[in-house]
Amino acid sequence: MPREWTDLFVLPDGEAPPANAGGEEQEGGRGRGRFFRRLRENLSKTRQALGAEIQATLFETVDEATWERLEEALIMADVGASTTAKVVAQLEQEARDGGLEGGEALSARLTELLAGIARTESPVRIDLSPKPTVIMAVGVNGTGKTTTIGKLAWHLRRELGRTVILGAADTFRAAAVEQLQGWAQRAGCEIVTGREGADPGSVAFEAVRRGREQGADVVIIDTAGRLHTQDHLMDELTKIRRVIGKQLDAAPHETLLTVDATTGQNGLRQAKLFSRAVPVDGVVLTKLDGTAKGGIALAIAGELGIPVKLIGVGEALEDLRPFDADDFARALIAP
Amino acid sequence: MFDALSEKLQATLSDVRARGTLTEADINAAMREIRLALLEADVNFRVVKRFTSTVKERALGEEVIGQLNPGQQVVKIVAEELTTLMGGESERAEFASRPPTVILMAGLQGSGKTTATAKLARFLKAEHGSSVALAACDVYRPAAVDQLVKVGGQVGAEVYEQGTDRDPVDIARWALDRAKMDGKDVLIVDTSGRLHVDEALMAELVKIRDATKPTTTLLVVDAMTGQDAVNVAEQFAQAVAFDGVVMSKLDGDARGGAALSVKAVTGKPILFASTGEKLDQFERFHPDRMSQRILGMGDVMSFIERAESQIDADEAQALERKLRRNEFTLDDFLGQMKTMRRMGPLTSLLGMIPGFQDQQLKNLKVDESDLDRLEAIILSMTPEERRRPELIKGSRRLRIARGSGTTVQAVNQLVKQFSQMQKMMKQMTKGKMPDMAALMRGGR
Ligand SMILES: Nc1nc2c(ncn2[C@@H]2O[C@H](COP(=O)(O)OP(=O)(O)OP(=O)(O)O)[C@@H](O)[C@H]2O)c(=O)[nH]1
Ligand SMILES: [Mg+2]
Repeated sequence: MPREWTDLFVLPDGEAPPANAGGEEQEGGRGRGRFFRRLRENLSKTRQALGAEIQATLFETVDEATWERLEEALIMADVGASTTAKVVAQLEQEARDGGLEGGEALSARLTELLAGIARTESPVRIDLSPKPTVIMAVGVNGTGKTTTIGKLAWHLRRELGRTVILGAADTFRAAAVEQLQGWAQRAGCEIVTGREGADPGSVAFEAVRRGREQGADVVIIDTAGRLHTQDHLMDELTKIRRVIGKQLDAAPHETLLTVDATTGQNGLRQAKLFSRAVPVDGVVLTKLDGTAKGGIALAIAGELGIPVKLIGVGEALEDLRPFDADDFARALIAP
Repeated sequence: MFDALSEKLQATLSDVRARGTLTEADINAAMREIRLALLEADVNFRVVKRFTSTVKERALGEEVIGQLNPGQQVVKIVAEELTTLMGGESERAEFASRPPTVILMAGLQGSGKTTATAKLARFLKAEHGSSVALAACDVYRPAAVDQLVKVGGQVGAEVYEQGTDRDPVDIARWALDRAKMDGKDVLIVDTSGRLHVDEALMAELVKIRDATKPTTTLLVVDAMTGQDAVNVAEQFAQAVAFDGVVMSKLDGDARGGAALSVKAVTGKPILFASTGEKLDQFERFHPDRMSQRILGMGDVMSFIERAESQIDADEAQALERKLRRNEFTLDDFLGQMKTMRRMGPLTSLLGMIPGFQDQQLKNLKVDESDLDRLEAIILSMTPEERRRPELIKGSRRLRIARGSGTTVQAVNQLVKQFSQMQKMMKQMTKGKMPDMAALMRGGR
């Protein structure tokens, strides 16, 4: 499971990430001290969100109440009734059969089971060998598409030395273009925009064209937020995808669905219907810096086989991390 | 999935009927189903636990009586208890005795505050004729101010903004002074999204509240929120003691159990429902309908009631006579359409019919804006034209198209559709009320 940026992304043959990857910030403006402070804050946030230890009281005693406590913990984490029932039944069975003794063994096995669900068959790594690699962000309104794109562009540049162009294909929401422009500036990359109300497909097309022309490594397309129940808007996504494919064969290479960690069971419907409109390659689980555990991502991975690839842990550039299934599993049942 | 609970309960309790009373084992089986249904709807685990124990207590004593089978009976108890918990009547937001009324908007990131702010402004203008100003206090999210300026402009509310370099507390204070000076009735303060656990930002929100002394503080909650809704609501309640809730994104297919959780843990009413990206898709919240939505039982009762109160019996008879004699005119059509619309948005109305949810509703796609267009077209016709649509040709067609802001094609289509309808009506032998929805669909 990727923990580092270099684990998550497959670079073109023979290329190594730049020597400064993960190192000091180069751009002017912000001093070294401030950068390290941010990094520290960011890491501690990540730890809080993901590295947490398993709930100590969960397996204090092993009896009927244990399974209820476990059920409660998973339900409260938004894992959902059916996935919860499956996991608890399996653990209970294994405990009965005598293979698992004591709290430590049980919690180790539980994390293993949960992480196992999160690890899907589908590839977790994002292949950056196509040039340019086209990434498209889709998702329900307000889930964090635009912010994720800003952070991703910054990391691709910083950690992997990629050149990135953004395409502002959310031509619908008021000031969506200005918002992405703000991020392009922060991340230090170029952006292709259209007028408000312009055809999103043509903006995406133009962004990919520009990416090819300039030999950019990655083009990331922002799309307008939409509810998965709005058929015409789902059709529009399919169309945007098709238009991108006309400019560059096999593009978009990676379609990422943002899912807000506070989302409940509806998240599964979102993933199902979005992936019907455009093949979704991975989930970005955002807003994990709050108290929500994002358990719906487990149900999405388990039932639809779509892996989580990235997590959002805040609103700053740095606050995006590769997903780690073990950390996630532990955090799900952390207090 | 929607009527699954009723069905499951009836199956679970099918053999009870003969016995006449519900035993504890029956009830436990039923409670398992209810518990699952509520959890699937995202009602908080602890709220569900409390709820099922209340229902259980009530159901245990109950006799199986009358027309209802035991399954239905339990459903009825559940529905009643749910309504009690959710609150029955819709409540209203308060106005200050001396203007401006200040409304403070708060919530998590991405919950829909900015859109709700503009929608609320539009709503207050339309309902109360208020003059509304908006204060742009989200200085953190890139382009949030631009967004508010744009949507504010669209609903005709003045936006007080000072860019993103000033402290949001100062902006709020300044905006309030300006609202007073400008003699505004209402000032709505849009704030940045913040996590309930972000101490610094929560403290800032308290400062904004103290600086503006809002008449009403509203928490905006995404209808898709899961178990965490209680944490969010509790923390915001503790920090700013909000008065009511706006549920956003209710136009999706989320069951919206978060509404119940929030109400249960804070006791605060849900005041408004935000139901789309268009700025007029905003309405008063109806708790009774919400409880039905959460459990997925079509809101049969309120559908029947509303239909009864809106369609006057005499009117219905007169209509029937007209239909039989083929005297149904475009005026009658307009009247019918208005009646339907008084009963609520068409799709939400249809959604109340049990077994009519989800798939069918999606296929139906009755667009409210289509109805707006039809209404505008008919209203642009002369009374004579409404009685005899066959008159509508050439320059008349153009005049009507211009008058209604539509196109000649749209006018043509309506006239054609209407004549098809008349034909269909002639064929109707039963003389019953026409299925308006089906007719409108037929012409599309
Ligand atoms: N705390 C926190 N906030 C986030 C995170 N990701 C995004 N946000 C915030 O969530 C809000 C919505 O994010 P956007 O990036 O605008 O979401 P979007 O999906 O592009 O929204 P639309 O384009 O309007 O559909 C903003 O206030 C972001 O700052 C995260 O990981 N943590
Ligand atoms: Mg966006």
